[in-house]
This record gives sequence, C-alpha cells and structure tokens, in this order.
Amino acid sequence: MKNDNLLLDVQDLRTVFHIAEGTVHAVNGVSFKLNECETLAVVGESGCGKSVTMMSVMRLIPVPPGDYASGKVLYRERDLLQVSENEMENVRGKEIAMVFQDPMTALNPVLSIGRQLTEPLRVHLGLDKENAQQRAIELLEQVGIPDPARRLSDYPHQFSGGMRQRAMIAMALACAPSLLIADEPTTALDVTIQAQITELVERLRDQLCMAVIWITHDLGVVAGLAERVIVMYSGFIVEEANVEAIYENPQHPYTLALLEALPRVDRRRHQRLKSIPGAPPNLLIAPHGCPFAPRCEYAYDRCREENPPLLPISPTHKLACWVDVSTGKPR
Amino acid sequence: MTRYIIRRLLQAIPLLLIISMTIFFLMDKMGDPLATMGGRKVTRKEDRERLARQLGLDKPLAVQYLYWLVGNDWTKTDMDGDGVAETPGKRKGVLRGDFGVSLVNRKPVTEVIGERLPNTLLLMLVAEAVVISAALLIGIYSALHQYTATDNTITAVTFIFYSMPVFFFALVTMYIFAVNFKKWGLPYLPTVGMFEPEVGQTPAQVAWHMILPVATLSFAFVAGYSRYIRSTMLETMGQDYVRTAKAKGLPRHQIVYIHALKNAALPIVTIIALDLPFLLGGAIVTERIFGWPGMGRLFLDHVSRSDTAVVMGILMMIAVAVIVFQIIADVLYAWLDPRIRYK
Amino acid sequence: METTAPNAPASIASLDELEAPPLSLGQLTWRRFRRHRMAIFGAVTLILMVLYAFGGALFFSEADANRIDTGARLQAPTQEHPMGTDTVGRDILARTIYGGQISILIGLTAMLVELLIGVTIGAMAGFFGGKLDSVLMRFTEAVLVIPQIFLLLVIAKYFAQTIPNIKLMGRTFSGSVVVIVFVIGITSWPYLARIVRSQFLSLKENDFILAARATGTSTREIILRHILPNSIAPIIVAGTLGVASAITLEAYISFLGMGVRPPTATWGNMLEGAYNYVESAWWLWFFPGLLIALIVLAINFLGDGLRDALDPHSRAA
Repeated sequence: MKNDNLLLDVQDLRTVFHIAEGTVHAVNGVSFKLNECETLAVVGESGCGKSVTMMSVMRLIPVPPGDYASGKVLYRERDLLQVSENEMENVRGKEIAMVFQDPMTALNPVLSIGRQLTEPLRVHLGLDKENAQQRAIELLEQVGIPDPARRLSDYPHQFSGGMRQRAMIAMALACAPSLLIADEPTTALDVTIQAQITELVERLRDQLCMAVIWITHDLGVVAGLAERVIVMYSGFIVEEANVEAIYENPQHPYTLALLEALPRVDRRRHQRLKSIPGAPPNLLIAPHGCPFAPRCEYAYDRCREENPPLLPISPTHKLACWVDVSTGKPR
Repeated sequence: MTRYIIRRLLQAIPLLLIISMTIFFLMDKMGDPLATMGGRKVTRKEDRERLARQLGLDKPLAVQYLYWLVGNDWTKTDMDGDGVAETPGKRKGVLRGDFGVSLVNRKPVTEVIGERLPNTLLLMLVAEAVVISAALLIGIYSALHQYTATDNTITAVTFIFYSMPVFFFALVTMYIFAVNFKKWGLPYLPTVGMFEPEVGQTPAQVAWHMILPVATLSFAFVAGYSRYIRSTMLETMGQDYVRTAKAKGLPRHQIVYIHALKNAALPIVTIIALDLPFLLGGAIVTERIFGWPGMGRLFLDHVSRSDTAVVMGILMMIAVAVIVFQIIADVLYAWLDPRIRYK
Repeated sequence: METTAPNAPASIASLDELEAPPLSLGQLTWRRFRRHRMAIFGAVTLILMVLYAFGGALFFSEADANRIDTGARLQAPTQEHPMGTDTVGRDILARTIYGGQISILIGLTAMLVELLIGVTIGAMAGFFGGKLDSVLMRFTEAVLVIPQIFLLLVIAKYFAQTIPNIKLMGRTFSGSVVVIVFVIGITSWPYLARIVRSQFLSLKENDFILAARATGTSTREIILRHILPNSIAPIIVAGTLGVASAITLEAYISFLGMGVRPPTATWGNMLEGAYNYVESAWWLWFFPGLLIALIVLAINFLGDGLRDALDPHSRAA
C-alpha cells in the first residue's frame, strides 16, 4: 500500500565509536529513502552496521563513545540529527517507534506490562490513567494477547517469549507511529512464533499504513514481508532493490553468497551448506577498497584499491560493485 | 513468606545459643569482676569467697550459663554466702527477659542498657538517614555525569574518605570545627557529651552536639555507598530496558528515577539493611571520642571491668538485631522484586 | 537458516558491547593511565612507608623511642623533635618509626592468619559441600553476626596479660602484639572464607576438574594444584585489602585502650587518649593518624589496581 510521500531520507550517514583501541567505523556513508507505508528490509550479518544505522536514525546511540560524524537523517524534512533532545523525545515513541531483539531484557522486569504500555500513551498523547489503561487493553487485544485486562498487571517474567514480543510491539504501536523499526524482533524466538510475529506485524502495518524497517540477518524471513531490501556489509550499503529482484536477480557477490547459504528444500540432500569463507572486517581500520574484497570470489585489483560507490543499475536496483556477477568480468 | 520468616527465625536459635555460650565462656576467663566491684577493693580472702558464693560465681560454668539462660528462681541459692544454699533465687533468666544484674553497679542489666540505648539509637538513626540521602544524591549525580571533572573529583574524594580511619576524621574535624573555630571567633561545634550541663537536655542542644558525632559516624559509609550506588546506577542505565524506555521517548527524569532507579534500588536496599547493625561498630569509637553517653561506651566500660551480665546483654541484643535485619533484608528484597514476589 | 557467523574480533562481535562505557580515545587512555597511576602511587607510597618504618631504625634506636623525659613533655615540633614530644616526653618521630614497624608487622601477620584460616575453611566448605559445608557456614555466620569490633574487644580482654614479652630481631615486643595479631586474624577470616568457598563451588564443576579426577589425581592435589591456583586472584585482592583492614583494626583497639600495651608503640596506641589533647597538642594525634590514613589509602589504591588487573569482570567504574 505504498504511496509516494517521502517519510525518511537518510543522506550519507556516518556513525563512529571512539574506544581505547581506536575508532570504530560502524556506519560509513549510508543513504536510503523510505516512503510512507513502505516496508524495507535491512539485511546483513552481525556487526555490519544495520542496528547502528537504525539506532542513529532514532538518535539512540550513546554519545560519548558514539559520534554522529556526518550526514543527515531527514524525517518529514526535519534533520533529526540536529534537533534538540526535547524535540527528539517527541519523535521517539510517537512518530518513530522501535522493537528490539530480546524481549526479556528489553522489558523492565520491575514494572508491570500495563505500566510500560500506558507510559507512552500518557506522555505522548496526554491520556489520563483510565483512558490509557483502556487503550492499553485494546492494544493487547490487537496484538493477540488473550485476557488482556488481567494481563495488564502482570510482569514481564510472567509472559512467554512470544507474548513478550507481542507486548513490545503493542508498546511500540501505542501512539500509532508512522515508522516502526524492528531490530531482529524474531531472532530470539522459536520458528513457529517467528511466523506468528511476522504475520502480526504485517497485519498491523496494513491496518495502520505504517512504514516498517525490518532488520534481520536472515534473508528467509523477509521474503513475504518486505517490498524493498537493503543489503549491508561493514557499514556500507552494497545492494538495494525490490524484494523480487534481490531473490531473482541478485547482483552483489555478498547477496549471492547470502542466498547460497540458505538451506533449501529443493536442493539435493547430503550437499554441504555453502558458507562464506573468511571473516568480517575489523571495523577499527578505516575502509580502503571494497570491504568485501577479501572474501569475494570475483574480486580483482580494482576491488582492493577503490571502494565501489552505490550506483543505480536500473531505476529500482542499486549496486556497489565493480564486477558483473553474471559474467565474472568487470562492468 | 511467613513460613520463610518462621524458618529463618528457628534457624537463628541454635546460632544464638552457640554465640551466647561461646561468649559466656570467654567472659568467664577474662578477669575477676570481684576485683573491681563497686569501687572498693575486696581484699580479704574470706570476703571474696563469700561474695563469690553470693553471686553464684563459684558454681561450675555450665551451671552459671544455665542460670543466665533460664534463671535460678526454681532452685536455691546461697544468699548470705555461708556455703549453704537456702533461699530460692530471684533471677528469671534471659528466656524470660531477665538479663541479670550488672556486676559493676548492681542494677538490672536491662535498666543499664535501657538508659543508654536511646542515645545510641538516636545517633545511629540520624546517621543512617544522612548516609542514605547523601549517598543517593552523590551516587546518582556521579552516575549521571560520568567522566566529567566533578565525577572524577567525587571519585577521588570518596576514595580518600573511605580509606580514612574514623578517629582521624573525628580528630581532624574536631580540630577544625571545634578548636580552630573557637580560636577564630566563629561559632564552634561542641565536642563532648550530648548537651551542655548548664543548659540541660533540650532538642536544640542535642542536635547541636550531634553534628560532629553524626558526621564522623557517617562519612565512611557515605563514601562507600555513594561509590556503590554510582556503579549500580551505571550498570542499570546500560541495560536494554533503559534503551527501550529511551526509544519510547520518555522524558529523562522518568527514565532515571523510575526505570533505572527502581532496578538499582534492589541491591542498594539490601546492602543498607544489612549494614545497619554495623553502624554500631563505628559507634564505639565515635562515642568514646565525643563522650557520647551511648551503648558503645557502655560496652567499653563494662568489658574492661569483666561485667559478664552487661556484656552478654549487649552482645545478644546486637546478635538478635543483626539476624532480624538479615531477615528483613531478604524479605524486603523478595517483596520489591516482582520476579520473586510473583512466582 | 543462518549465514556463517565467522569470528569477529571480540571487541566488535556484538554491537551491544559498543553501547557500554568505552570512551573517546583520549578519555579512556587517561582513565587507564590514571587507574594505573593510582595503583602505582599506592605501591610507591607503601614502599616509602615501609622504608620509613624499617629504615628509620638506622637513625633512631629503640631506646630513643622509649626514652622518657618529663622535662620535655608535650613540646610542639621543633628542630630537635621534628614531630614534637608526647605526654611523658618521648620523641614522637622515633615512636612513629618503631610504631610503624609494629603496625605494619601486625597488619601482615594478622592477614596471614586470616588467610590461612579463611582459605582452609572456605576451600573445605566449597569443595566438599554437603554436611561439612552447612556446618562450616553456620559457624562462619555465627562469627559474622557480631560486628568485628565487639568481638575484638571481648577476645582481646580474654587474652590480656596472658602472654609474656618476646624478643625478636633485636627488639622486645610486648606480648600483647601476638595477642592482637591472633585476635584480628580469628575475627577477620569469615569474609575471605565466603569468597574462597564460592570460588571453589563454581570451579569444582568445571570439566578440567572432572578430567583430573578421572586420571586418578588425589583430592589434595586437585585442591592445591588445580583449584587453588585458579582462585588465587580474589584471594590476592582480599589479602591485600586485609592488611589495610588489620592495620586499621589494630589502631582502633589500641585507640580504645585494649590493644598493644606501652611502652611498645604502635600508630594506634599513640592515639590513645590523644583526643584529650586535641586543643593543646595537635601533634600527638596528627602524625600517627596521618600515617595510618596514608598507609590504608596506599593499600586501597594498590588493591583496587590489583583487582582491575586480575579480575576483568569486575567493572568498578
């Protein structure tokens, strides 16, 4: 249910961390756009910078060690990196909401679910206690938690893993945000629950016309959910395309490798799972050349010298690579 | 929960018995109370022996302990010291609330302790209040302003205070605020006793006299606790649920004082509850230096004179208090943490 | 359904770790340096003080420390008596030197006693578990229930006057020194025993212990050769801090008049009664008090540094 209104415009975002051993270049010039009601998947392995990018969008990176070195995050044309902290508090939870990976640690163990749910309602929407509780019950219903009225006074440890995540989603949706950022929300859950949660988010998104950014390291999860996919590696975006194109016509060697690594039902049995050789790069070292080059089977000299910029190869497909994987030769 | 409490209390009984027996035994070996009784020296052997028989000090140790525990009104004692037991005793024993009589001044132990206990309690409770409020203030402030110059200074200063022995602090503050203030014509703080004898024991007098002793008693705890509170708060603020609270756009004070503090409070409360009886330890030195008429001084005086009854009375009271506070701390923790309360 | 998870460098393995405390390059370096500096400052100060106490004996004899000269009593610091004289005219500087020797010795030996008892009890309780553990822990609790000072005073009184003077290293010590060492040692061990016990409890479940047992290693060897070396870190830290605590405790009891008896000087008993002279003779309490405060501070710095170095898990920011 996409429309063409631009919601989020991230321009050349760079986020670093200053630690004892040096400076960690976590996000290296990431740019992308998101429209209202659009669903974007951000894919990449642990440490590739996807979480840090989205935390930067919400300005949640702790500022000593962290540092928003450069770039803009334009949300409805306001640069979130420049607004005051007070204004940012108005954005968080109200306009942009976030759901985290591990619902057990992400929920406060000493506050009741009801309390944690009604907080954003009272702070952002100014509801009084009763109305907030009423709305909280509705929200719990919406996310499929049975017996919501009684559940309000329960504590997180009294919920199961899947229910906790549903509660987190309810908390995120409380003020009907325009953008929901989900940071690996199903990674910590069982596979069956994973499916339920994914379905839930889909349903709610359609109901509320909410843009969704879904971060994951698992390409399999995003197939049904996302409209567009961004593939990140070592703090860079290496490929960006519609979801069909990513699956049917992947162009970046890393994307290819990710897809190859997925176990598939239609493959021959007893065939070894293909893994990506090597290790992700050390983010302490400032990038030089293509970050994937050391592990890439198509890499050649230019790859090691120059970092390929992210360029469109079609109106809906961007790529940062010097090589044409269909031929194995430089583009 | 009540079952838990009862079980703990029952477990405490053998503990208390062992402690009381051990100390009773130690005290017996400690010196001759008869030698220092009532100020007059008992010189003649016959007098000593007569006194010993009258006080029951000639009986075997186990019997003495028994009398201490359950009294001697069920048996005959030798009231006139002539070697023949003819009168039933008057003591009811500790288990019935009778701690015996002081060997030093012949007053009932409960009365002797009762006179001094309120003074020490006053000192301790005020000190504890000061400790909690100051440590919270300093600890939270430091945690929120980590790495600033103020935080570093506070860390250094608390470290120094925490390492400083109580009497040094007391003497230095006495020197500055009492002696030198007097010399410089400033209003100076008193250093002895609870009140000026001419003025009498008014609240104002007591409060004024309490300043230095309370400061002395509390400074080390303030230093120690504020460091602990700081690190607990820092750890809590780094937790995922605080990140979630921020992501929800909650205002800062709500995040710190409700989301973070409520979690940090758990270990902090337990530590404070457990340490409360140990303020008593610091009280001994403080009361000695400032001439505060409390239980600490009482203890000192009576130990040096081998007054078993009073010493046992004080020690048992402390032991009971410590055990009770341990139970309180556990119950409090269980009550505050919903993960334990609702499971 | 995962891609491989190749080993990322530990510091980057999970972004969560980056959100925890590390600071800017400059700040963290300063912090490391400063923390290092504190421990070094502590160690240096400690060495200096030990030199003062033991090296000072080269300049002053014990007789100097104990020489009574009522004509010169309560003199303020002068050229001749740089730290003044006490109530019977003894030179305070000399007394702090010899007193320092005793205080430091008491600290060290009491800590050794504490270590011996604490480690033994803790190890047995932690390793053997079961009934032995329960009994030992009850016992430990019993000692812990009474605040240490009270116990110290009672036991010190118990042993008072029972031990004669001893001669060691050319000095005569009042027997009360031994008493104090013993008394402090037997009331301080519970803290250490608890730590050792929990170390043993967790270590004995490890596989390498199982392997040792499977190859027929005797219990004694398992404890001494395998478990103990692995739990040495908290023992070292507790031991170091134990010296400070012992020195402080000796000072407290001597201050209260139940500790080391004159004429043997300790920094603690030099303070006895000094509070009566706060106004008139500040030098009576200032120098010994300062020395105690300094040595405790130095040891605490050192202990803190050791704890950071030996136990990376404790993040005392």
